[in-house]
Amino acid sequence: MDTHGAPRGLLRRYVFSTDHKVIGIQFMFTSLVMLFFGGLLALLIRWQLGWPGRALPFMEKLAPDGMPGGIMLPEYFNMLFTMHGSVMIFMAIIPLLVGVFGNYLIPIKIGAGDMAFPRLNMLSYWTFLPGIAVVVAGFFVEGGAAASGWTAYAPLSTTLGAGQLCWIIGVIMIGSSSIMGAVNYVTTIINLRASGMGFFRLPLSIWALFITAIITLLATPVLASALILLLLDSTMGTSFFLPAGLVIDGVAQANSGGQVLLWQHLFWFYSHPAVYIMILPAMGIASEIIPVFARKPLFGYHSMVYAIIAIAALGFLVWAHHMFASGMNPALGTSFMVSTMIIALPSAIKTFNWLATLWRGTISFQTPMLHALAFVSMFIIGGLTGIFSAASPVDLYLHDTYFIVGHLHYVLFGGSLFGIFAGITFWYPKMFGRMLNERLGKAHFFLTFLFFNAVMFPMFILGVHGMPRRIYDYTQYGFLQDVGGLNRMMSVSALCLVGAQALFIANFFWSLWRGRRAGKNPWQATTLEWATASPPPHGNFDEPPTVYRGPYEYSVPGREEDWWPQDAKS
Amino acid sequence: MTALQFALGAAVWLIGQTAAWAFGGSGAKIWLPEGSSSVAPEIDRLFYIVLIITGVVFVLVQGTLIAFLILYRRRPGRKATYIHGSHLVEIIWTVIPAVILVFLTVTSQRVWAVIHGTPPTIDLELEVTAEQFAWNIRYPGPDGKLGSEDDLTTINQMHLPLGKVVMIRLISKDVIHSFFVPQFRVKRDAVPGITSRLWVQATRPGTSDIACAELCGLGHYRMRGFLTVETPEEFQAWLAKTAEEFE
Repeated sequence: MDTHGAPRGLLRRYVFSTDHKVIGIQFMFTSLVMLFFGGLLALLIRWQLGWPGRALPFMEKLAPDGMPGGIMLPEYFNMLFTMHGSVMIFMAIIPLLVGVFGNYLIPIKIGAGDMAFPRLNMLSYWTFLPGIAVVVAGFFVEGGAAASGWTAYAPLSTTLGAGQLCWIIGVIMIGSSSIMGAVNYVTTIINLRASGMGFFRLPLSIWALFITAIITLLATPVLASALILLLLDSTMGTSFFLPAGLVIDGVAQANSGGQVLLWQHLFWFYSHPAVYIMILPAMGIASEIIPVFARKPLFGYHSMVYAIIAIAALGFLVWAHHMFASGMNPALGTSFMVSTMIIALPSAIKTFNWLATLWRGTISFQTPMLHALAFVSMFIIGGLTGIFSAASPVDLYLHDTYFIVGHLHYVLFGGSLFGIFAGITFWYPKMFGRMLNERLGKAHFFLTFLFFNAVMFPMFILGVHGMPRRIYDYTQYGFLQDVGGLNRMMSVSALCLVGAQALFIANFFWSLWRGRRAGKNPWQATTLEWATASPPPHGNFDEPPTVYRGPYEYSVPGREEDWWPQDAKS
Repeated sequence: MTALQFALGAAVWLIGQTAAWAFGGSGAKIWLPEGSSSVAPEIDRLFYIVLIITGVVFVLVQGTLIAFLILYRRRPGRKATYIHGSHLVEIIWTVIPAVILVFLTVTSQRVWAVIHGTPPTIDLELEVTAEQFAWNIRYPGPDGKLGSEDDLTTINQMHLPLGKVVMIRLISKDVIHSFFVPQFRVKRDAVPGITSRLWVQATRPGTSDIACAELCGLGHYRMRGFLTVETPEEFQAWLAKTAEEFE
């Protein structure tokens, strides 16, 4: 094994490492911890929604200001859903998809020894980690954490305390980390592909990460700039988002000339493309796993690539569909409805291509495949419910109700998170050299799938009934007197959903030491990462590989083996 | 396998819960509230069109997925078909959804234009000022004009005359709020610095809630208003009585 140039010393190897694989695994442990933390925050939200005002005694010790006597205060509830959304989006889903798979997979799947800029890569992780610390520190400052939702709409977000400032600064840091990562991914994919690895021989996961990195480069700087303006409005008395005549808490404000809706345009100009940052890599992962377990080439490789590009491009033209009810010009509403309807098309094409890949395959149901199939199935629900909100008159009713909460969870949990579980269970043998336990993996999958649907599907029904989101105590409203039973069923299921993750954690750590040895290519897959040892050595390949064919050559007629590796000469 | 048995048990429990909820308890009541404005039937009709189309697509696509998983599961002796794609089927499954989406866009736009179009007449004009955490509702006084000295203001109490077209001028003092009446299928943000205009025509007498649908701070959840729709005569009587109390 060639370990030439491998750094010595624990600190250089595992902490301040420039090896893309170590950095990917650092991102994985950090963001899995945040994923669990975000889940716990969700449980507290569900406690209040299931049993409004009921005391939770042990929380008195953990959050004496937010839950005195164990009874949740409304401002603490607002902090919980704000932090749940921010933790899940900025510290779990995006880094799990982009930070983990982007770092771990890109060099190794294109046949490179490392990233183009290994030190920038390390800096990216070490900007991400303090960013998390700064946002979460909000819980410990005077007045508590950010409480204006993950969307931080001005003017509300400028009226809150130190926790909101922590949120703004932390998110700027996490955003900078993303930008550094994206520069690296784009450069690496363009410049460091192995000999013979043309663009149309790239695996779909790499295409997805490539396009995602381009979206990040174009959109994240806009978020960072908007956040800086928001910070100035909050601390320096500027008026980018604050109009004249505001009276807050009975005090007339001195601002003038700002525009409230400007924040929403800037925020969603980033955050709608960010939705695709959170789904494209998961699509790539599913496109990668389904052919392996169906033993069949991916159906419509080229249209899959073009669909990704189309989604990314159109993703920049749909942002104001989050603002149908904001009172913006109705003609704008029409144009954004049209672009939103159009973007449904490439998503539909991708779904049909996955189905056609399964058609006349020989499908086996190992854990990664189960997660990938769940991704397809749940993404269909997420996509179809998006049509309701694309039809702008219907959205006027459903906007800011639980219907939207259900929709976004079907996309981000049903889509992104099942994609992440598929990816982790699929590449775990490559990362650690051992197989995960299949029975534990299947049990984890079935429980997660079941309870996920039990928590999230009723949200659509609540939304159709008109239940607004972000409501601390729905019993205040006459028309919400009947929703208690359904909410309690959802809360019990949410507890089971988080509890079921114990199986994943147990499997993950048990298999690190006790799992069956994986060998180079346990799934009999074709792409380059399976051509090197598990785990791969520093520098990935003993000799730079040469690529002779596309990534999905399964069940080629006339060959004895049903997979034909990309680097096999004949 | 204990975990799988547990999963099975959990599934049975969930199905039982769902059935009990749907058939026995409050479940039947949790759906679209009865519409009571002139645009509500149009929005509901569009909602059901989308529900039927997405419902059919849902059943077809998930059904195909499940059928493929059963039909093409790995069995000894079967080999996968080596095929990379087909332009013909790809064109077919691009064109069909495209046609459906064009239909939905055109239908939606028709309703959108009604909601945002100019109403034929304006019978009454009101001003709603949202603030943390209340709705201030201003009515024209005896002179019938809004913005003159004899205007009346109520807090959280909105009365509307049945069948009349009411133009609401919506503003906010402090942060963004959203004026939401589920029965009207109406939702509009109250944005500081912007005066929004929306019109409603109530078609059914009765009382309902006004909810704030945009997070506006710690009291967001209790920013509830009370809406009463009554005959124009009752409305005038209420207005006169309120004017007396006002003085």
